[in-house]
Amino acid sequence: MGTHTSIDERYEFSGKIRTWSLIAIVIGVVGVAYGFLAGGDSVQRTFSNLLLMSYYFACVCTAAVFFLAYQYVAQAGWSASILRVPQAIAKVLPIAAVILIIVAAAGLFTTHKVINEEGHEEVMPYLYGHWAAHGLTDPKSEHYDALIAGKSAFLNVPFFFIVIVGLTFLYSLFGHLLVKYSTNEDELGGMFNYNKSFKMSCIFLVIFGFTFPIFAFDAVMSLEAHWFSTMFGWYNLAAMHVSGLAVITLIVLYLRNKGYMQWVTENHLHDLGKLMFAFSIFWTYVWFSQFFLIWYANMPEETVYFYKRWEPEYKWWFWLNIVLNFLAPLLLLMSRDAKRLGGRLKLTAIVILIGHWLDFYLMVMPGTIHRHPGHEVHIWDMYGIQEIFIAVGFVGLLTFFTFNSLSKFKSLLPKKHPFIEESLHHHI
Amino acid sequence: MSSTKFILGHFDDPDDMMHGIEKLQKNSIPIYDVYTPMPIHGIEAKLGVKESRLGYAAFCFGCLGASVIFSIVYYTLVHDWPMNIGGKPNFPMPVFVPFTFEWTILWTAFGMVFTFFAATHLFPGRAPRVMDFRATDDRFIIAVDAKGNIPHEDITNLLKEAGAVEIKHNERKYVSYE
Repeated sequence: MGTHTSIDERYEFSGKIRTWSLIAIVIGVVGVAYGFLAGGDSVQRTFSNLLLMSYYFACVCTAAVFFLAYQYVAQAGWSASILRVPQAIAKVLPIAAVILIIVAAAGLFTTHKVINEEGHEEVMPYLYGHWAAHGLTDPKSEHYDALIAGKSAFLNVPFFFIVIVGLTFLYSLFGHLLVKYSTNEDELGGMFNYNKSFKMSCIFLVIFGFTFPIFAFDAVMSLEAHWFSTMFGWYNLAAMHVSGLAVITLIVLYLRNKGYMQWVTENHLHDLGKLMFAFSIFWTYVWFSQFFLIWYANMPEETVYFYKRWEPEYKWWFWLNIVLNFLAPLLLLMSRDAKRLGGRLKLTAIVILIGHWLDFYLMVMPGTIHRHPGHEVHIWDMYGIQEIFIAVGFVGLLTFFTFNSLSKFKSLLPKKHPFIEESLHHHI
Repeated sequence: MSSTKFILGHFDDPDDMMHGIEKLQKNSIPIYDVYTPMPIHGIEAKLGVKESRLGYAAFCFGCLGASVIFSIVYYTLVHDWPMNIGGKPNFPMPVFVPFTFEWTILWTAFGMVFTFFAATHLFPGRAPRVMDFRATDDRFIIAVDAKGNIPHEDITNLLKEAGAVEIKHNERKYVSYE
């Protein structure tokens, strides 16, 4: 482990991290193959897990673009020296988007038979069956569902793909532009590229703020199409943002441990810690706001969401979600000193990432997995090979592609960034 | 023995003042305090000022605010006069979250302001403790307690060498007293 202090240092993607991320991807592929070949209920479970992880993956990459954009709009100085990390993650967004689109399409266009709530057998797609099943919007069909028919202007297959493809494309495009301006800036210097980044970031934030809820409505909320919550978009925004921050922090800490980015001091870590701390509390705030209003109003069409998550098999995990995503960051990062300790930050970031996996799990699973009445649900029915292997596989994908794109940068420091001196001498 | 209580070195440039602090420290002259019209980055570390304990005060006020409102609402709505609101239980925990949260924040904020005022003698009705009025305007001032064994001329000379534009030998600690 040598110390590199040159500002021209390049990241070399090799060694253990490369091997392990490739092994993780193989584990993921094995998990998917096992899930599909095992047949029966396992196929549905594999689809649900694939959707969960590809959505999580796309969210983390989008959060990196979001991070870049608000750093530019705020004209933040402190972050200039770590911008390569979110840039590298932002470059992975197109890959994450393609995976998400493939998973959503595969889930939409393959069908299986399920027993619906009335006890009738019904042919349904694996994913988004609540609105995409055949005949739901046809008044002559026996499956006609007036509620879904009323929502069909929004919940239909072409519009679904317009939203998912269009929005991930837009976010990727802005991510690509912000990275391009930054690398051009390294060649040319001056304020020209910075000003363009500022302008693009402003436009991105406006688009992103209005469209991300729609993205969340389509990708996840529509799994339970009878239910709706206007808080859902913000709730997802908070979750994706805090998990994106945790990934950025973990990568910065890893690089610093490996002897790269020696300019990152405990002051930069303090700022990252503050963001993780604050947005964990923000997540709790929106989570509670959604829960509280539904609980108080007690309208059946709204409470059904929490009713399902209050079933015995989900109840403990429902509470654990709050422990991992609220209590843990609150207590672990409350004091000033804690935010400046690399080890503490690493622990908290890992807890937050696992916590938000559980958070997304609780959004996706109760709406897609059909349990057989009367069967006892074992822990391995909830967290088995499909869950663990597919999650590991996506962690591998994120690691591999992020570090790969990080190694493409000519320098780990955006050395002509106008605020780079401020960032190198950052002190709080 | 002269009647000088404090020696104040006036600087018109923060860098000169920082230089003055270094000079005094190198000569082991204890600095009483430094007054500047604006915050100067890194000055606490240089002067060895202890970390602020305002955070502990904030925590205590937060806990106090939370327990006060919790007790009030518990007494009124649960113990003294239970009411049926929307068919909810008489002691509904989710309902207690918003106002407990709000009062925690409110008392933390007010508590910190009051603690700060009390600690700095800025409470309304009290005269502020000011050693030199220009420290609130355009001068950066190093105050040295003159009661030590160091000859006053040495302190004066050191401050002058560092670039002080004016040196005052004050017989009173503060310009204003309550």
